[in-house]
Amino acid sequence: MNFSEVFKLSSLLCKFSPDGKYLASCVQYRLVVRDANTLQICQLYTCLDQIQHVEWSADSLFILCALYKRGLVQVWSLEQPEWHCKIDEGSAGLVASCWSPDGRHILNTTEFHLRITVWSLCTKSVSYIKYPKACQQGITFTRDGRYLALAERRDCKDYVSILVCSDWQLLRHFDTDTQDLAGIEWAPNGCVLAAWDSCLEYKILLYSLDGRLLSTFCAYEWSLGIKSVAWSPSSQFLAVGSYDGKVRILNHVTWKMITEFGHPATINNPKIVVYKEAEKSPPLVLGRLAFPPPRAAAGPLSSTESKYEVASVPVSLQTLKPAPDRANPRIGIGAMAFSPDSCFLATRSDSVPTAVWIWDIQKLRLLAALEQLSAVRCFQWDPRQARLAICTGGSKVYLWSPAGCVSVQVPGEDFKCLYYKTESKGSGPRRSCEAAFRCGQAPASESRPC
Amino acid sequence: MGDWMTVTDPGLSSESKYISQYTSETKMSPSSLYSQQVLCSSIPLSKNVHSFFSAFCTEENIEQSISYLDQELTTFGFPSLYEESKGKETKRELNIVAVLNCMNELLVLQRKNLLAQENVETQNLKLGSDMDHLQNCYAKLKEQLETSRREMIGLQERDRQLQCKNRNLHQLLKNEKDEVQKLQNIIASRATQYNHDMKRKEREYNKLKERLHQLVMNKKDKKIAMEVLNYVGRADGKRGSWRTGKTEARNEDEMYKILLNDYEYRQKQILMENAELKKVLQQMKKEMISLLSPQKQKPRERADDSTGTVISDIEEDAGELSRESMWDLSCETVREQLTNSIRKQWRILKSHVEKLDNQVSKVHVEGFNDEDVISRQDHEQETEKLELEIQQCKEMIKTQQQLLQQQLATACDDDTTSLLRDCYLLEEKERLKEEWSLFKEQKKNFEKERRSFTEAAIRLGLERKAFEEERASWLKQQFLNMTTFDHQNSENVKLLSAFSGSSDRDNPTVHSRPRQKKPHGAPSGSPVCMSKLTKSLPASPSTSDFCQTRSCVSEHSSISVLNTTPEESKPNQVGRECTNQKWSVASRPDSQEGGYSGRSSTYANSHVEKDDLP
Repeated sequence: MNFSEVFKLSSLLCKFSPDGKYLASCVQYRLVVRDANTLQICQLYTCLDQIQHVEWSADSLFILCALYKRGLVQVWSLEQPEWHCKIDEGSAGLVASCWSPDGRHILNTTEFHLRITVWSLCTKSVSYIKYPKACQQGITFTRDGRYLALAERRDCKDYVSILVCSDWQLLRHFDTDTQDLAGIEWAPNGCVLAAWDSCLEYKILLYSLDGRLLSTFCAYEWSLGIKSVAWSPSSQFLAVGSYDGKVRILNHVTWKMITEFGHPATINNPKIVVYKEAEKSPPLVLGRLAFPPPRAAAGPLSSTESKYEVASVPVSLQTLKPAPDRANPRIGIGAMAFSPDSCFLATRSDSVPTAVWIWDIQKLRLLAALEQLSAVRCFQWDPRQARLAICTGGSKVYLWSPAGCVSVQVPGEDFKCLYYKTESKGSGPRRSCEAAFRCGQAPASESRPC
Repeated sequence: MGDWMTVTDPGLSSESKYISQYTSETKMSPSSLYSQQVLCSSIPLSKNVHSFFSAFCTEENIEQSISYLDQELTTFGFPSLYEESKGKETKRELNIVAVLNCMNELLVLQRKNLLAQENVETQNLKLGSDMDHLQNCYAKLKEQLETSRREMIGLQERDRQLQCKNRNLHQLLKNEKDEVQKLQNIIASRATQYNHDMKRKEREYNKLKERLHQLVMNKKDKKIAMEVLNYVGRADGKRGSWRTGKTEARNEDEMYKILLNDYEYRQKQILMENAELKKVLQQMKKEMISLLSPQKQKPRERADDSTGTVISDIEEDAGELSRESMWDLSCETVREQLTNSIRKQWRILKSHVEKLDNQVSKVHVEGFNDEDVISRQDHEQETEKLELEIQQCKEMIKTQQQLLQQQLATACDDDTTSLLRDCYLLEEKERLKEEWSLFKEQKKNFEKERRSFTEAAIRLGLERKAFEEERASWLKQQFLNMTTFDHQNSENVKLLSAFSGSSDRDNPTVHSRPRQKKPHGAPSGSPVCMSKLTKSLPASPSTSDFCQTRSCVSEHSSISVLNTTPEESKPNQVGRECTNQKWSVASRPDSQEGGYSGRSSTYANSHVEKDDLP
């Protein structure tokens, strides 16, 4: 794995263009667009204030910069640097902004979720969508960009509206049998919509595109419910992670549960490979041993190198005792991700924050477990192969593949890996670019394994 | 008795005392005196008694004492000591005879009494000891009673305590249940309240939102605007269309099209899956039929077995099905037929497998049949031999090729001779071709044979392994038995050895074999021993001695192996003969050509010799 030099970055705003040719990063109020291959600066745009959100349009022609504090959205064109567009939401305020899949409309959510304004870049037309629900995931577009599903709340009841993206016409409008709808998500094939209730109740509903209720699933009652939901890229499986520390996989034919993946803290099965990160102790040089040991050596964890060791079963993983009297207890399955070929599922249980479980979907069993030294922040699959990258907020990136796993030290002083992004679409078959970023006013580093 | 003791003490006793004693004695009733006398007689010191009697009668009072005694004796029923007086006045004479008789009788009485006394004393002692014993028993029992009573009290106490505890726990449980109930009620009420509050709040919030919306949106906020340099074209290059009823209908259409596509795609997938499954099912069915049909003969021979008819039915069904090729119809009738037939066959197969299992288990119980199991060594030898043969064949082929080439070369060198021999060569060539083809066939046959042998060897290895396991388990059991009942076992072994000896002599029955085989040697040690034996036994008898020195069990095994080896070699020999025949067939056309045929014959001879070797 190779690393580029370190770039400046503010508030973790750095994104590859969907075609993989460009990389946009923000430094305060400046937007820098680089060539993804050479990392040369292509364009430099200056916004009116500090940028809080950046998003590429789907065709990689425009970049949206949202300045929430000012209620402003600025759009820049890559082809025509002199072209500009500024959208002012005025006194209504702005809390979220996103592109429609066609790259010609911008959806702005006003403060207090009063409405969603759809601004067109093609015509002067402005559409309004009233009563959007303020929830975890209230807007979802189908993969092909034709339809938008939107969670709504009217008269203390949850509704879902399905709109046609081409002319923002309402296609279907139906109420969902939920107490407090928490999120909606389209299946990748765009024909099934999953809607789930808030964590107070375990309930997931599946709707067809034409608004018919296909199925409902409830694993248990009287306990905290769903925490995360993920579709497999083949639309064949729906993984539902819940607060009881289990992942339930539903199939797409009967919408019934196929299997249940528990996340026990001890692993006894000798078939499961458990990788444990272990610090490499630096070689002791007797003459150089200083007393007392220098601060730098004792201080940051980032300076020490580490490697994975295959632990022999039974292995017990580090678990956190959740505080029962606090809100949002650190239990349950907080994150899940299917590999692009739908063969693997990576999960993280919040009560075992240092570990990532990798499940074999073909055999429906646990394949491997990775335990890092610190808590896992995020993980992401390589879009083209079965390779998982994990970030823990240390100075390392961890990579897993069915062949094994490695920990990669990211060069740079006092560097912390918080986010890791891979982008490969259109960047040629030979490599994928990865970037690890540091939070705050810190430089960003990009890496590119060939 | 104490009185008597004082009386009998000679040192202390004085005349006066005696007299007083005596006087007191005289006052006593005669029976008591008698008893006293009896008692007195028990005292071992007869001297004292004598002295007492001597003291009783002195010179002066003979008359008196005689009269006294007479009186006494008459009262006791003895005849009078005096002679019968004729007259009343005359003094009565002492009758000596009577006195002596009386004394004798007295003495006899005395002896009797002594005996009786002794008896009584021993009885007394016995009774006393009995009494002691009983008292001890009584004490012990009393103690036991006491302890058991104490225990009972303790248990009762514990019981009471436990009951108390139980009651407390019940109470606690009840309390907890109540608490849970209460909490549940509270939760429910809270939830309802929370929901109610939420709804109220949300309504308020909605109202506020509405208000805010009106305020913010209806004010014609100048700020809400978009500044664009120039409008860009749509991504698809088309112009935006007006919203009409038509567009709505089009949207609907599109949506349904998408859904339909999805369903079609899924249906296709399911169809494909179905087709594949059907194929598998059909394949399975065919295989089942083919697997089960050869067995049809046997059950029919047995005549009472019903499976044969079922199979024939099924075969007919299958024939129909395959004829009509109804697989693609996928209608319900076909499905039913298919599933039914498969089910039937499956049942048959299951029963068959179960039967086989039973047989296998029987065989396991009886042990392994040695005739079926060719020893591994033999196999290896055989395969080696065959490989060698193949090698030789290859070499031969090579040499032939060389010879042919040489011939050809010489022919090329000498054109004239070649021309002369042209016709001859053509003939030869053809012959050679034939030879070649024959050779190829042979080679193929050899390959086939070798393959079959390797397969057999593999199978054999598996069987051997299973057998080894079996043997190990058996041996373990045997060993355990031996350890537990050593004496019995030795007898058993003797019996077994006798049995085996008899079987050695006859050796015809199949059933006797497994029993011999069963007591095989130690799992790890025996094969080594066996191999040694098979190698060396025909030559040296010392090994058999060695074998005998080993445990009897291993001896049996070795014997069985020895017995089987000659028989096992038989089928192999048959196989070899077959090969020899083949060889002869192959060499027949070569008989015209001298060199080659001779070589082949020598080879055959060598082969035969080799056969003779083992």
